[in-house]
Amino acid sequence: MRKVAVIGAGMTKFVRRALETPKELSFEATKAALDSCGLRLEDIECVAHGSAPDAFDGVHQKGEYLADGCGGWNKPTMRVFVGGATGVHAIIHGWYHVASGMFDTCLVVCEEKMSNAMPHAQGFFLTIFDHTTERALQPNLLWIFALEKNRYMQRYGYTKEDMALVAVKNKNQGLKHPASQFKDPVTLEDILNSEVMAYPVNRLDVSPVSDGAAAVVLASEKVAKRLTDKPVWVEGVGWSLDTAYWGTRDLYYPRYTEHAARMAYKMAGIREPHKQINIAEPYDPFGYKALHHMEGLLLSPRGKTVQLLRDGYFDMDGNLPMCPSGGLLGVGNPIAAAGMMKICELFWQLRGEAGERQVPGNPKLGVAQAWGDLMQVSSVVVMGS
Amino acid sequence: MSNRQYIQGGIGLSEDDIQQGKVFFAEDSLNCRYAWDMGVAIERYLRELKNGRIIAKSCNECRRIMVPPRMFCELCFRPSDDWVFVQDTGVVNTFSICYVNWDASRIKPGETPHLPAVIEIDGASKGMGIMHRLGEVDPKDIKIGMRVKAVWKPAEERTGAITDIKYFKPYQEV
Amino acid sequence: MAFLERSTKNTENRYWYPEENTFPVSNRYTTGVAGQRFFGELKDNARITGTRCHSCQVTFVPARMFCERCFARLDDWLDVGSEGTVFSYTVAYVNRDGSAKPEPAIIAAVRVADGILVHRLLGCNAGEVTIGMKVQAVFRPEAERTGSILDISHFRPV
Repeated sequence: MRKVAVIGAGMTKFVRRALETPKELSFEATKAALDSCGLRLEDIECVAHGSAPDAFDGVHQKGEYLADGCGGWNKPTMRVFVGGATGVHAIIHGWYHVASGMFDTCLVVCEEKMSNAMPHAQGFFLTIFDHTTERALQPNLLWIFALEKNRYMQRYGYTKEDMALVAVKNKNQGLKHPASQFKDPVTLEDILNSEVMAYPVNRLDVSPVSDGAAAVVLASEKVAKRLTDKPVWVEGVGWSLDTAYWGTRDLYYPRYTEHAARMAYKMAGIREPHKQINIAEPYDPFGYKALHHMEGLLLSPRGKTVQLLRDGYFDMDGNLPMCPSGGLLGVGNPIAAAGMMKICELFWQLRGEAGERQVPGNPKLGVAQAWGDLMQVSSVVVMGS
Repeated sequence: MSNRQYIQGGIGLSEDDIQQGKVFFAEDSLNCRYAWDMGVAIERYLRELKNGRIIAKSCNECRRIMVPPRMFCELCFRPSDDWVFVQDTGVVNTFSICYVNWDASRIKPGETPHLPAVIEIDGASKGMGIMHRLGEVDPKDIKIGMRVKAVWKPAEERTGAITDIKYFKPYQEV
Repeated sequence: MAFLERSTKNTENRYWYPEENTFPVSNRYTTGVAGQRFFGELKDNARITGTRCHSCQVTFVPARMFCERCFARLDDWLDVGSEGTVFSYTVAYVNRDGSAKPEPAIIAAVRVADGILVHRLLGCNAGEVTIGMKVQAVFRPEAERTGSILDISHFRPV
């Protein structure tokens, strides 16, 4: 396998409802990523893109529909889709294109337009449950998270307040991100006093429905070195799936995340992730998920994560800054684009270009992770400068 | 240098912009319906639910008793072995108290919240849970680890569906 | 083990058909940055517009925000007129649900500038349509136009 670098990144603002069509959103992010590294579309050899269920945008075979907005006209173009993990998985998908030696440049583009789904994007999740043994119970997406969160809290004695700390931290951090869909700071009381949707989940524990797109440009080593003196390398990739019988395994620990992380760390030559990783972007669609994933990523000991969070270990100036972007809670959650936003964040952070959000101390190694389907799949990417 | 210049587009609209016709839009509904073949294992599972019993299947390699039953063990990747009846009692592995319906609309004031739970079924392998609802319980009394028992619909109302069990209720062994 | 239980008649299979077998969701699509102007021109001025990419020498119809070939942002808007040529066509005898149409309908792909508009073709019989034939857009009266592709009522032979 060849070395692969990220050489450019771009994204749209994340908004609750975008005027742009899905194609137009994709174009904006893709164009920004190309501009950021001074490339033109003709310099790109292939396109890898990611988008979550067709149902959100309301366009079946969305991959083909989006292709021209992703720069895919007349090029080898391929879509990847692993539910919520799509955004981080897409770069793995693009990485293969270049690492294999087949291509020297690859655009990786992720898009989601959830506002197209009416009356609410959540309704479209009904069909992810088993049609015969679960759907008859009229389940709702929140159940999945609430059930997992409750089990996680009970296992380690964490409280609702402990879990709400993540939303406070990420939402306030997200205000520094120019693409964020939020404007106002929040307090712990705001989170705890927000509407109870599904105990133990309150409304502000949940990332918002969003529209947006994000993109990066990948290049082989020889091309990257010609184009930039600050390439960010894809050091390791990993992914893993657990059984689709989600009630069959215990929900308090994301075993599949650990498997994916070990695969990525091994490839990156990382032996002690909690000491070697400088920045973490764990997937945070709900507050508790960030902590749950930090444990799965072997970046925090099981059951001790809340204490570390309270001690400031995961702050921007802490030992292991967590979600410097603000995460899905702080920037927005256009599913696939949100995962790709984390990749963009690592790119900017590791190049020292994150502006107001820049993690101090010249970070060298970062990890991004996303999670999807019925609590069963994780994708992990390690990037280094 | 900052990334700010590489954030482009994403023009936000409000719901009012759409309701007041400030932007053009189109609406469509697929309006499609599905019927699903049940397959071999789930067909038997539902048939036994109609009889008021829960059936599982074993894998003699990993020695799991699996519910819902399946024709192959997804861990050992081999055909499963024997049909085994399990109990209609179990333990709450986790639960939620949900005030939101499937389409994100809210339950009506005074309506009982949805009480989904993962229930580890007695007689199946440890940790082998199914998703169902809880009932006949004050939401604030629900605890993880609580023992529960299925409340069945009357035999004549059962149709061979997971909803032949109305819900699980707290249960004390005598 | 092969799965021995083989069904040869799918009508004998048991299937799950939930009582609440509805999934009443829908989609709402904004027309986008380019669509906002394209449909505005249809509605307000009964005018079909395209955007021109000068480096690729292509005029996109319906108008687009960007050129898919070179990724240029397009801002040269052209009135492409209301005439086009039949690029291809089909004659539909059945509705979406399989029922018979009372009258066959001609659906044409009409080439306007370098783009294609798929629309109804009225004013001729199926036997009279030829590929390459000149056709013209017929607009609905202004009061009935809403900013939709149906603001063009249909195409007819010139």
